[in-house]
This record gives sequence, C-alpha cells and structure tokens, in this order.
Amino acid sequence: MHELSVTESILNIVLKHAQTNGAEKVLTIGLKIGELSELVGECIQHYFDYLSKGTIAEGAVLEIERAPIVFACTECKNTFQVSLSHTKDFTCPECHGAKVTLISGREFYIKDITIS
Amino acid sequence: MADIRLIEIKEDILSDNKDLADEIRDALRRHKVFMLNLMASPGGGKTSLILQTIRQMKGAMRIAVIEGDIDSVVDAEKVVKEGIPAVQLKTGGFCHLDASMIKLAINEIDLTGLDLVIIENIGNLVCPAEFDTGAHKQAMILSVPEGDDKPLKYPMMFSICDVLVINKIDYLSIADFDMDAAKERVVKLNPGIKIIEVSCKTGQGIEEWTRWLEKEIKIYRNAPAS
Repeated sequence: MHELSVTESILNIVLKHAQTNGAEKVLTIGLKIGELSELVGECIQHYFDYLSKGTIAEGAVLEIERAPIVFACTECKNTFQVSLSHTKDFTCPECHGAKVTLISGREFYIKDITIS
Repeated sequence: MADIRLIEIKEDILSDNKDLADEIRDALRRHKVFMLNLMASPGGGKTSLILQTIRQMKGAMRIAVIEGDIDSVVDAEKVVKEGIPAVQLKTGGFCHLDASMIKLAINEIDLTGLDLVIIENIGNLVCPAEFDTGAHKQAMILSVPEGDDKPLKYPMMFSICDVLVINKIDYLSIADFDMDAAKERVVKLNPGIKIIEVSCKTGQGIEEWTRWLEKEIKIYRNAPAS
C-alpha cells in the first residue's frame, strides 16, 4: 500500500496552509476519503506521527470521513448508494437500468485543519 | 488557552502529483508523443503484451518503454532485445509509479521523433489506480487464470481504465472463467470501457489491440493543443 507517500503529501499541504495562517500548532486534520480508496486510516495516522515529528503538526489528530460510494442512474436520474461488500450489483434499484455513473466514492482531499 | 481556528482547505491530497503529471503531459505534447499506462496483477502479462505490441508496431512507430519493478532489470532487458529503448525504474518496495518517478524516466528518454511511450506499472491492482502518471490513456490487463471476480474485488482499478485487455484466452477451455459475467461486471463499473480479448501466447486478438492503440494515438495527434 501507498500510505507513506500519501501521508507525505498530506503533511506538506497541511504545513503550507498552517504557515500561511500563522499557526503555532496544528491540532486536527479533517480528511475526506472515498470508500473506493483502499487507504487504511490507522496506517496514515501512524505514518503521520512519524513524519510530523519536530514540525508544528506533530501530535495532530487525523479525522477521516469516508465518503460513500454513490451512483447516479443516467436513465431515471435516481441516485443510490452501494456498499463495498455489495459491489456485485450496480444496477439502479428504481428502474433497474444498468447505465450508471459514479458520483461519489473517489474523494481524496483535505477538508480543513484546526490550528492554534 | 490560545484560540483555535478552523481553516478550510479543500485541497486534493495528490494535487502535487497531478500538477507534475500535467507537466509531463505538456512535455509529451510538445513532441506529440502519446503515453500509455499499462497496469495489471503480477503475472497478468504486461511484459508479454508490450513485447507483442512492439513486434506489431515497431515498423510503423518509434516506441520507448518505462519499466517499473520493485527490483531486477529482467523486463527492460527483454524490451531492449527487441531494439527498443527502455528505462528501468527500480522502486525498491514502492507499490506504484507516480508522476515524480515517471518524470525521472522521461528525462532519460529522447522524445524527439518518438511516437509512443508505454509505462509498465508495478504488478498490483490497488495502488497504481490512484496515481496519475502523466499518461494519456490507462490500460489494464485481466488474465483468465485470475478469475472473473476481479472487477468485484478491485472496483477502483476497473473504473479508471480506458481499455481492458482480457489476456490468456487460450486458457479459457481449462479455466473456471465466465467471460460474459466478467464483461458485465466491468461494464457496470465503467460503461465507456473498451474490452479486447487476447492471447499474448497465440497472438489472437493482438491486432485488435494494436488497432485500438493506433486509433488513440491518431486521435491524440490530431487533437488541438490545449
């Protein structure tokens, strides 16, 4: 898995914004990660603790919000959520159409940080 | 207690990688070079498909290959034997290739007069799906012995690819592989995907694959520079 390189990116972005805002310390980091991503939250926190040592982000807590997998039916415009364990069926539960587009589930961004 | 402030960021975690990938695409565009990112499990047939592609297309096109592997240079050696320049990236344990690694490789390649660069990504159906390499099209291989359930297990990979090559169809008679079910699962994840059945061993379907690739290269070359 690629948590280490991802965590490096997270730290760089957080430090950049923290410095711009004159932070003394970063307290929390809110992440939004889609369910389709295989990233392991605990693993990111572990790497983060290691990489952030000696920076103003040391000790910051990562709060990860997983975005559900949501499809939109291109035929009847209905939107519906599926769970990863039920990915066998992506047909629309309303009209049973098979033409669907993924509208959520691939998110991968830093929402916000709290600083002091 | 000092006051605590909430700062909205909304920044893509992989934005640096994406910016670098765009830089690579700009460099390729200046030379009208098309780049394909080829992904698959270990043993899916990435190197075999690349060798078949080279044999079919090298008369008409100038090709270079970027090989990603955790260790060893065996794949690059096979490509060089075909008279094609190859750059081997040894990732030393990394599970994917990202734009910064591809940039290093591109710097080693003379883009002048080149038509096509093929990236052979690390054998893995998970991580490579998340990193933009700067390639113009994403291709993946699913080989028959891996099973028709792979789209269910690795939905992300199947959903980001432009083309799926189903390789080792010469195994179909002895494998428990339901071709229709496999295709249906893939199309549900990714309705626009092109699916091509091949056997790198017998050569069956390779022509359809190279035709698809030639068509994509042509579309790319004729597209106005953005």
